[in-house]
Amino acid sequence: MPATNVRTDRDQLVQEHMARFPDHVHQVGPEGDLLCVHVHKAGLHEVLRHLRDELGFTFLTTLCGMHFPGEEKELGIVYHLHNMRAGHRIRVKSRTTLADAVFPTVTDLWATANWMERETWDFFGLKFTGHPNLKRILNMEDFPAFPLRKDYPLEDPTRRDKDDTFFGR
Amino acid sequence: MKQPERPDFWMLDHVEGRDLRELTTLNLGPTHPATHGIFQNVLTLDGEVILDAEQTIGYIHRAFEKLAERRPFYQITTLTDRMNYCSAPINNMGWHMTVEKLAGIEVPKRVQYMRVVVMELARIADHIICNTIIGQDAGATTPFLYVYQWRERIYDVYEEICGARLTTNMGRIGGWERNWSDEAWKRIRAIVKELPAALKEFESMLVRNRIFMDRTVNCCPFPADRALEYGFTGPNLRACGVDYDVRVANPYSSYDEFDFIIPVGQSGDTYDRFMVRQQEMWESLSIIRQALDKLDKLSDKTTFRADAPEWVLPPKEEVYSAMEPLIWHFKIVMGETEVPVGEVYHCVEGGNGELGFYLVSDGGRTPFRLHLRRPCFIYYQAFPEMIKGSMLSDAILTMSSLNVIAGELDA
Repeated sequence: MPATNVRTDRDQLVQEHMARFPDHVHQVGPEGDLLCVHVHKAGLHEVLRHLRDELGFTFLTTLCGMHFPGEEKELGIVYHLHNMRAGHRIRVKSRTTLADAVFPTVTDLWATANWMERETWDFFGLKFTGHPNLKRILNMEDFPAFPLRKDYPLEDPTRRDKDDTFFGR
Repeated sequence: MKQPERPDFWMLDHVEGRDLRELTTLNLGPTHPATHGIFQNVLTLDGEVILDAEQTIGYIHRAFEKLAERRPFYQITTLTDRMNYCSAPINNMGWHMTVEKLAGIEVPKRVQYMRVVVMELARIADHIICNTIIGQDAGATTPFLYVYQWRERIYDVYEEICGARLTTNMGRIGGWERNWSDEAWKRIRAIVKELPAALKEFESMLVRNRIFMDRTVNCCPFPADRALEYGFTGPNLRACGVDYDVRVANPYSSYDEFDFIIPVGQSGDTYDRFMVRQQEMWESLSIIRQALDKLDKLSDKTTFRADAPEWVLPPKEEVYSAMEPLIWHFKIVMGETEVPVGEVYHCVEGGNGELGFYLVSDGGRTPFRLHLRRPCFIYYQAFPEMIKGSMLSDAILTMSSLNVIAGELDA
């Protein structure tokens, strides 16, 4: 499989630009198949705006929440950005604690983030400050939990007739 | 070109400073014969003109991302079928390629070409559904009944390859479960030979049809810059004039060896979306022909999967008679295959656009996290903006031309 999304020349450019944000960006480097930029929450919006306006990442492919139970910053968010002209994709990540599950919205940068952020709120309980209409999207409005968090059981925990000890994760 | 907020033919809405409009709130959906799926739209209407729309989605949400966290990799294929069920094989192949990318499995050329054949067949089936339904919603019933037969013919191919027609669970990680039968090849060749005549007839029915053009030309156009901001991909983006196609931008499965064009529209109206899909069917046919040629030229006529014993099931007779295959069989079925730690994003050009899989693995038997980028979910949010200021009947046509598939929307 050719690593078609990797553009080393472009990766270098992004790395150089990210060096301008020493307070915000705490790690840049290839992770998995793409270049990955780790950003502190405080500077997330500024860095994303810079990536969009200065480096041509005008297309937000997708954004999604993450949950790492037991870690200090339990909740995370991953943005996949795409520079269509250069054919270059990168990944931007940020983390936050459970007590402060809030990220700045990027709906002002990309209109498409609207439903993606609603989905992330719906499934991870991540709030987005400045979002125009932050409410649940796929689950019902009075759903009592955030189901994609790892502590939410897939099966009904009260059931005794199903034992997934050997087949579960 | 942006449509005016209210059409200028609307008169008498303000008399002596009083707003005389009588606004109606109308529930379009959740189940409505014209919306082809379970979507609810609460429309605010001024007469027949749409002023605002609010969508409610999630009626068939099945939590695939959560389910995927408790399933071994090979069992997730069946979840992907149920996203865009009009072109399930593309989803299946996309998922297989994602896992192959993570696990570093090298897939033989023959398998890649076979995948191309089946993905392009699926694209044709998907576009047949969408375009005949546009015709149906514009009042032309014939194509829906007549061209739909060709979708059945394509489903016959699926059936011969994998035994299922709609939710296919086609192929395996690393290739195919078995070699294709002669009958499957015969059916594919028959489709390639006979479909063009039917497509031509279909086009002569609609493409320059006065009624159809009046209904669709300039019906809810969408500018390219807004489409990009809204994350449009696939035929809907190309109808706006942006030539983005994952098959060309990030070629997978040897698409870079094929010669095809990316059809684009201009204004992004319903007619353009229809025409882009129509042209893509011709391109898909050409790709299938090229793939069949390439397969003929390959000296290898038997390989149908990668050399990856930890992923592909050994032949059954060996499982019953030898120790090593038995162990592999057991490990694969129980999902105990070693998976590298890491993360990949892989995308394929689905029937509706960029279908992406963001897979994070912590080395466990199931994904740590699987995020699905469903193109429908992303572009459907632009629907209210598209239909504002247009007539109710145009909204129905726009919805069918966007090809919003409820399964993919709600995942």
